[in-house]
This record gives sequence, structure tokens and C-alpha cells, in this order.
Amino acid sequence: MEITLIYYLIPSLIMFCAGVYGFVTRKNMIAMLISLELMLNAVDINFVLFNRYLYPEQQEGMFFTLFAIAIAAAETALAIAIIINVFRAVKNINAADLTEMKH
Amino acid sequence: MESVGSIIMYVIIALSIIVFSVLTVTTRKILRSATFLLFTLFAAALLYFKLDYEFLGAVQIAVYAGGIVVLFVFSILLTSHPGHNSERLVSRRRILGCVAAVATFAVVAWALLMRCGQALASLPQMENPKIHEIGLALMGTGEYQYLLPFEALSVLLLACIIGGVVVARKR
Repeated sequence: MEITLIYYLIPSLIMFCAGVYGFVTRKNMIAMLISLELMLNAVDINFVLFNRYLYPEQQEGMFFTLFAIAIAAAETALAIAIIINVFRAVKNINAADLTEMKH
Repeated sequence: MESVGSIIMYVIIALSIIVFSVLTVTTRKILRSATFLLFTLFAAALLYFKLDYEFLGAVQIAVYAGGIVVLFVFSILLTSHPGHNSERLVSRRRILGCVAAVATFAVVAWALLMRCGQALASLPQMENPKIHEIGLALMGTGEYQYLLPFEALSVLLLACIIGGVVVARKR
């Protein structure tokens, strides 16, 4: 048995679909952020896979993944700061209940 | 032809990615969800190690497992009761989520089948990218070198630090 590209693409596709499902169904904002993180990670895996299997002499995919990881970290930190601030203001982080911008 | 160890490794990685990512979005306790996310990220790091990108696997573990998941856990403890179950889903919402996920799956699987030749490419030989080369590529300005995104990213991180402090500080 030979492990070809598609053997890795299917798990990463399932990971992405799980992220989509979670993003639609979750109500808690932190849980939505976790689903978003799953989707980002599936995309990172795809970058690395295509680089490794189709263009092994270059390293673009690896660098894209490095930058994507750094940007994801920055974005998550900022999003969590916003969520904690929202929690402090309205004592609630359900996305459906946050209908007012300002108090 | 792959060795038996490599195939066993692949099965472990693929199964843990699938199982833990599905558990992440279906479990009703949010702290468990964060823990399963951690396992998924570890499986992804394992995959990078298996594909010979050691530096990337180390970055994945350090930044995701060491940074982001800890942030998640702290913010969960700050904002919700960890033992508390999230309320049961309304079936309409669940159906909507399933439709979105299945539609995504169908479209991407169709696209993959249309590109069957590339999707069945086998693993070519590759030398591990050395830290030396990675550092040169990050610091150079020539072709396939990434000084500009590197610097842009440092400005982004600075903006993120300032933004985080401004947003989260007590008034």
C-alpha cells in the first residue's frame, strides 16, 4: 500500500467540515472561535501537503503555513480580548444575545 | 511502497485528526472541546513531523499547543462555568450545520475527484529543510525569500499587542 496525497487530504477535509459544522451550530463565542481554529488548521495542513507532494524542491507552502500560524495566534489573542471585554460589559457571551453595540 | 511502521503512523494520525476534530465540535462541555482541540493540533504537528517538516511541527506545538490552547482555557475559565453543559441544540440549527458541512464536503470531494491525477501523486524524495536555509529565506529579499511578510507580521503582532492591551484594560 502506498500513501498518496489523497489519503491525507480526506482527514483534513473532514477537519474543515467539522469546523464549518461547529461554527454554524455553536452559540458560545469561544466555541465558535475553537471551530474557526479547526478550519484554519485544516488549511495549514493542506498547504504543507501540496508543497510536500507536488513541489518538494520548493518551500512556499511551509512558509505560508508559518505565517498563517503566526497570524492565527495574533487574531485569536485579539478575539479573546474582545470576548472578555464583552463578557465584562454584558455578563454573557452567547452570540445570539449580543444585539446591542453599546451600553 | 511504504514500510509497515509508516502506515501504522499514518493510520494513527488520520484517525486522531478525524475523531478528535469531530469530538471538538460535538461535545457539550466547552472545556472538553478545548482539550479535544489540543489533541487535534498535536495530531497535525505529528503529521508535519511525518512529512519531514520538523521546524514546522515544533512551531505548531509551541504556538498552538503552548499558546493558543492555554489562552482558550483561561478565557473559558473566566467567562463560563466549565462543568456546565451547553444547552441542547435546536434541531433546526443542527440541520443547518449538517447541510453546510455536507455541502462543503461534497463540493471539495467533487473537486478532488476531478483532479484525480494530482490527488494520487506519491511521496517524492525530499531533504529536510534546514534551520539555516529557513532563516536565510526569512531574512532575504530575493526570489522565494520572505523579508517583507516577516516585517509586516512583526507590525501586525505589535498592533495586536497594543490592541489587546487597549481592549482588555480596566477603565
